[in-house]
Amino acid sequence: MSLAQIALPEVKNALHVVQPRHLPGYDASPASISLRGVVQSFQARKGPRLVALSNIDLDIRAGEFLCVVGPSGCGKSSLLSLIAGLAFPTGGEVRVNGRIVTGPGTDRILIFQEHGLFPWLTVGQNVEFGMRMLGVGRRERRERSEQYLQLVHLAAFRDSYIHQLSGGMRQRVAIARVLATQPSVLLMDEPFAALDAQTRDMLHDELERIWKQTGCTIVFVTHNVREAVRLGSRVIMITYRPGTIRSQMGIELPRPRHMDDPRVAMLSGEILDELREEINKAVAAEYNHVPNS
Amino acid sequence: MSRILKNLIFYGSLLAAWALIAHAKIWPPYLFPAPLDVWQSLRDGFADHSFWIAIGVSMRRVTIGYALSVVMGMILGFGIASSKFLEETVGPLLTSLQSLPSICWLPLAMLWFGLSEKAIYFVIITGSVLSITISMESGRHAIPRIYSQAGRNLGARGWKLFVFVLLPASLPHLVSGLKQGWAFAWRALVSGEMIVAGLGLGQLLMVGRDNSDMSMVLAVMLVIVLIGWAIDGLVFRGIEGWFNRRWGLGAAA
Repeated sequence: MSLAQIALPEVKNALHVVQPRHLPGYDASPASISLRGVVQSFQARKGPRLVALSNIDLDIRAGEFLCVVGPSGCGKSSLLSLIAGLAFPTGGEVRVNGRIVTGPGTDRILIFQEHGLFPWLTVGQNVEFGMRMLGVGRRERRERSEQYLQLVHLAAFRDSYIHQLSGGMRQRVAIARVLATQPSVLLMDEPFAALDAQTRDMLHDELERIWKQTGCTIVFVTHNVREAVRLGSRVIMITYRPGTIRSQMGIELPRPRHMDDPRVAMLSGEILDELREEINKAVAAEYNHVPNS
Repeated sequence: MSRILKNLIFYGSLLAAWALIAHAKIWPPYLFPAPLDVWQSLRDGFADHSFWIAIGVSMRRVTIGYALSVVMGMILGFGIASSKFLEETVGPLLTSLQSLPSICWLPLAMLWFGLSEKAIYFVIITGSVLSITISMESGRHAIPRIYSQAGRNLGARGWKLFVFVLLPASLPHLVSGLKQGWAFAWRALVSGEMIVAGLGLGQLLMVGRDNSDMSMVLAVMLVIVLIGWAIDGLVFRGIEGWFNRRWGLGAAA
C-alpha cells in the first residue's frame, strides 16, 4: 500500500470542509423549471415532420443538479434550447419560476461544448463580458471577475488570451464567464465532451464544488451515462425519436463523488441497461440510413 | 542579413545599369535622366518645400477619403451580409463594379462636382470602398455562429451585439480588405490629382511634364512609391501582426 493511496481521501475531505456552503456575493437564488406537455417538432426539408420531443412533463426543483441522458439525436439539446428560450415549443409550455419562457434571459445561461469564448478579449475581459452587457460598473466587474477566476483556479491567467490556454482551461473560463452573470439556472450541453479524461475528471470536481457553492440549478445534458451519475442528483433518460422521458433515477450517493467509484459504475450499468433499447434504435437508424424524418 | 545583402546587390546593379545607359547618351538627358539628376530633383523639391506641401495635401486627401471609405464600406458590407436579398442582388453588382478602374469615375465626378476636392474624394471612395465592402461582407459570413450565440446568451442584443461581438469577430477578415482598399485609394488619389485638383503629388507630376522635367517626374514617382510602400509596410503589416498575435492566428492556433 503506497502512502498516496491513504493520503488522497484525506486531502479531498479537507478541501471539502474548507469550502463555504455559498459563494459570498452570489445573489441569484436558484430557479425551478417546469415543462408541461412539451412538444417540439421540425419540418424536415423533405418527408414528414420530425418530432424531437413529445409530451414532456418535467419538474426541476430549485437548486437541483439534473442530468439528461439519451442516445444522440434524441432531442436532449432541444430541451436545453427550450429552457434557454432560444427556441419555442410547438406545443405545451415551459416555465421558469412559474413564468412562461418568452425568450433568452440572463437568468438562464447555456454553456456549449464549443466554449464560444471571444478570442479578441483577454480571459478577464471574457469573464466580465456578461456583466458589461448588463451595465455593471467597472469596479464591481473587476472584483467579481477576479472572484470567479479564483473559483475556477485561473486567477493567474487574467491577462492571457484564449488561444494561450488549454482546452480544459478554456472550458473553465467559459464556466467563470457564465457564473459571473450570476444566473439562477446553468444549462450545459455536453460541455466536457471534447476534453481528455483527466481534464474532464478535474472539471467534474470543480463543477460539483461550484454547484455546492452557488446553489444554482443545473441542467446537464450528456450522452455519457457515467458522467451523469457522477454529477447529477437525478438522471432522466430520454427515448429515441420521438424524445419522451423513459424513466428517471434519483442519485443519492454521497459527494464529492468520483467517476471510478464502483457505486457510480453500478448505477450507470442499470441506466445503460434501461437505455440499451433506445441506443440500439439510434444506432440502427444510423446504420440502415433510415431517413432522419 | 543575406536578404539585405541580396537587395543591396540588386538595387546597386540596377542603379549602375541605369547610370551606364544614361551615360551612353542613347537618348537625350531630358528624356532619360541619370540617377544623379533624379537625386538632385528630389533634393531641390524637398528644399523648396514644394514636395513637402504636395505630400501634405495628398496625405490629407487620402486620409479623409480613405476614412470615409472604411466607414461606408463597413456599413455597406455588414448591411449586405445581413440580407439575403441584397446579398444576391447587390453583391454580384459590387464584384463586377470592382473591375472598373476608379479613374473611370472621374468624368462623372467632374460633371457633378467640378474641378474640386469633392471630385477627388469621390474618386478615392469609389476606388477603395468596394474592396472594403466585399471583405466586410465575407468577414460577416465567416463569423462562427457560436460567437453570436454566446453573445446573445450573455445578454448582448441589437447594437451591443454588433459593436461588442460581430464587429470584433469579423475584424481579422476585414484587415486584408482594408489593406487592399488603401492601395486602391492611394492609386485613385494620384490619378485623380493629375487631372483635377491643384497641389498634391499627382499635380506635381503634371508640373514636371509641363516643364519637360523628366528627372522631376521620376523623383515624384519615387516619392509616391515610397509613401505607398511605407504605409503598407509600417501601418498594415503592424495591424496584421497585432491581429495575428491577439487572435492567436498563425503561430499558436
